[in-house]
Amino acid sequence: MNPAENMLPAGKGGFWIDTGKTGIASWIFSTDHKRIGLLYFWSVFGFFLVGVLLGLLIRIELMAPGRTIMGPQTYNALFTVHGVVMVFLFIIPGFQGSFGNLVMPIQIGSRDVAFPRLNLFSWWLYIAGAAIILTSLFTGGGPPDTGWTFYLPFSERTGTNVSLAVFGVFIVGFSSILTGVNFVTTIHRLRAEGMTWGRLPLFVWSLYATAWVQILATPILGITLVLIIAERLLGTGLFDPARGGDPLMYQHLFWIYSHPAVYIMILPAMGVVTEIIPVFSRKPIFGYRMIAFSSLAIAAAGSLVWGHHMFTSGMSDTAILVFSFLTFVVAIPSAIKVFNWVSTLYRGSISLEAPMLFALSFILLFSIGGLTGLILGAAATDIHVHDTHFVVGHFHYVIFGGSGFAFFGAMHYWLPKFYGRRYAEKPAILGWGLMFVGFNILYFTMMVLGMEGMPRRYYDYLPEFARLNFVSTMGSWILAVGLAILLVNLFRGLRSGEPVGNNPWGGATLEWSIPTPPPTENFAKEPVVTHGPYDFRGAGIP
Amino acid sequence: MDPNLITTNRAVDPVFMFIFGVSLLLLVGITATMVGFVVRYHRSRAPEPTSRAESSIWLEILWTALPTILVMAMFYYGWAGYLALRNVPRDALQVTATARMWSWSFTYANGRTSPRLYVPVGKPVLVNLVSGDVLHGFYLPAFRVKRDVVPGMKNNHAWFVATRAGSYDLFCSVYCGEGHSAMITTVEAIPEAAFTAWLQEEEKAGGDAGKALLEKHGCLGCHSLDGSTKVGPTFKGLFGRSVTVLTGGAERVITVDEEYLQHSILDPGADVVKGYQPVMPPFPDLSRDEVRAIVEFLKRAK
Ligand code: HEM
Ligand SMILES: [Cu+2]
Ligand SMILES: [Cu+2]
Repeated sequence: MNPAENMLPAGKGGFWIDTGKTGIASWIFSTDHKRIGLLYFWSVFGFFLVGVLLGLLIRIELMAPGRTIMGPQTYNALFTVHGVVMVFLFIIPGFQGSFGNLVMPIQIGSRDVAFPRLNLFSWWLYIAGAAIILTSLFTGGGPPDTGWTFYLPFSERTGTNVSLAVFGVFIVGFSSILTGVNFVTTIHRLRAEGMTWGRLPLFVWSLYATAWVQILATPILGITLVLIIAERLLGTGLFDPARGGDPLMYQHLFWIYSHPAVYIMILPAMGVVTEIIPVFSRKPIFGYRMIAFSSLAIAAAGSLVWGHHMFTSGMSDTAILVFSFLTFVVAIPSAIKVFNWVSTLYRGSISLEAPMLFALSFILLFSIGGLTGLILGAAATDIHVHDTHFVVGHFHYVIFGGSGFAFFGAMHYWLPKFYGRRYAEKPAILGWGLMFVGFNILYFTMMVLGMEGMPRRYYDYLPEFARLNFVSTMGSWILAVGLAILLVNLFRGLRSGEPVGNNPWGGATLEWSIPTPPPTENFAKEPVVTHGPYDFRGAGIP
Repeated sequence: MDPNLITTNRAVDPVFMFIFGVSLLLLVGITATMVGFVVRYHRSRAPEPTSRAESSIWLEILWTALPTILVMAMFYYGWAGYLALRNVPRDALQVTATARMWSWSFTYANGRTSPRLYVPVGKPVLVNLVSGDVLHGFYLPAFRVKRDVVPGMKNNHAWFVATRAGSYDLFCSVYCGEGHSAMITTVEAIPEAAFTAWLQEEEKAGGDAGKALLEKHGCLGCHSLDGSTKVGPTFKGLFGRSVTVLTGGAERVITVDEEYLQHSILDPGADVVKGYQPVMPPFPDLSRDEVRAIVEFLKRAK
């Protein structure tokens, strides 16, 4: 046996060893979608942990009024970096890069993505962008303090290192566009024989819709970021009223990308949940067509609602009328999905294992996020809660309770397939339970604080907000303990847990039909698909 | 007061009630159904699925139509309530709010200025919003009113009416830098007669012109008089102290005298006290006499 193999946890096989290459270079220069998927997974997940740490520090500062552990400038940098890391380095690249790469090609019966080298390049661009962002924190005028939205004219005046950080985000954006192009091409061109559009797993449908958003919306972010840099370095004055510019134009440009970006974060999460629920209910998904269609509808209509971030901005009332209306239109396909998920449970045979618990709690937390979104879509009520902790609570429900919990679900559902070993069930459930409870304490209180009028991005607050802020911080600690239990259990399991078979959950999509871990070639011979993704009988599963 | 007057609260609060009410019903319905199914069809009770239904056109129509009706109702109420926030009553009292990093100042028609927003009870107030530097947000949670204060934007305003006397929080809602969360003041709603008297009163802040200027220009948003550290160094005991400043990147120790104070007000970027950010804006509008009055006051700030 070669020595490198000894370093691998026992039980590894398939793509881990079958090329005979196991050194670091065989990973960071690999064009295998599974290796790239794991590279992405570990990088985005590393940044998630960094973001969590920053989030916990924010909460400690807010635990009591006045200075707790840091000064205002540090606090402002903290929430900015927390937001930038979580949005641009974790959740936007997260699903597509890791689980999209790991399972999408297998699910459509392909050997790899359409452009494997471009895929590797995307990861490298992501790493380069991330490195630039990290550099910006420790050089020049120090970490940016603008909030993740970089609103002008403030971001033009601040002495902190905004230009470099923005340039890093710009590079990460390119990585996102390239992944989008790669995935759209792959899904169009590389489906196996018999893998018709109507047999495409709904996770793939959601990636497909997401990829289009990445391709169409991200360039606008790129342009906007370049304009910020031009504003700072060349003094173009496009957005600075002191030079005849218009700050509202910046806000439009920013949100034209950043609202659709919310769908880059949530659509694949919905796709994950749509995979997990039927498998753990042993029942076909209810309303396949409606779910696939609603992904596309959300992606399309979602590009037209960015103005709901600007109801107080001074934009015209007519614009508010139109954007408020369109925002409510987008709510409808999301509601359809929720109803279809719940109906899938009806008369099923439900097993509550860790992935399923994450999927079910996704439904609940996403519903709370979506319903509070209605308050933000209605013009009258948005005015009161805009820019308060209500919004902070709301979007954490959507991107953490929604996308984040779906990400954990995906980790427990798919990672054992690629590692060949699994975690223990009981600690996973304990971890999930603590996270769920902690999460709600943490963010529900924030929404109440927002209703009471506490603005966001607030280093300090009046005594009347003290009690709930304290409670919220306690919630963050419960969440952190749950998260620690969950992760230690999962990662220890992946190293040295029980070996898993080819199809531990009884899924009918193609990834469960090949060996665990999958070989580099995925399929020994090109598969011919004869049944739908949720046709458990057709797949020969009892 | 006119009982039919549509206050901003009366326009907005019912919309909150409606949306929260419907949302709560939906959430409870979804959760109860989900939990009910999970319990009833748990594998221990239902070892095999008893249905393979893949879709139902009627259900899909039902649960497309139902949310459509609900969200359209929400849209409509939301819009109607918003119009009330935009339609300023004709007899409203006009005040101009000037936001700057990081303080508020309010100017009345007769020229009187104040760091707090005094208003008469029961009378609608139209607040014109002006910013000289970056974006700020004019936020009165008690009245459900918020509007961004955009530099360079003309005719930017919000209105509200206080139906009861009292002191209400006024926050800056748009992030504007280091002192954002300290950019707080209050609305003081007082009876009409008292308000009229207040408006006519000579501006005097303890009879001191220097202190009045500090309040008017928002200096006290960043510099305290009681020795506490805010965004900038405190004024207490400042005169005669020796401090380390950065001049063009080089450190030097100086003793605070009249000349240094004057210079720091007119060109704050030149010497920045070590440990503080170079964020103070210059005040080119101050006349020589005004600067002198401020310096005189600072000399006495012990
Ligand atoms: C332990 C987990 C987390 C904690 C304790 C936490 C806490 C917070 C808090 C308290 C704020 C508000 C700061 C303020 O307005 O003053 C905030 C902002 C934010 N959080 Fe989190 N958060 C966590 C996880 C996440 C995750 C998973 C995401 C996204 C995937 C996320 C994305 C954001 C964003 C985008 C902001 C806005 C930053 C800004 O205002 O510029 N957070 N977080
Ligand atoms: Cu949006
Ligand atoms: Cu502010």
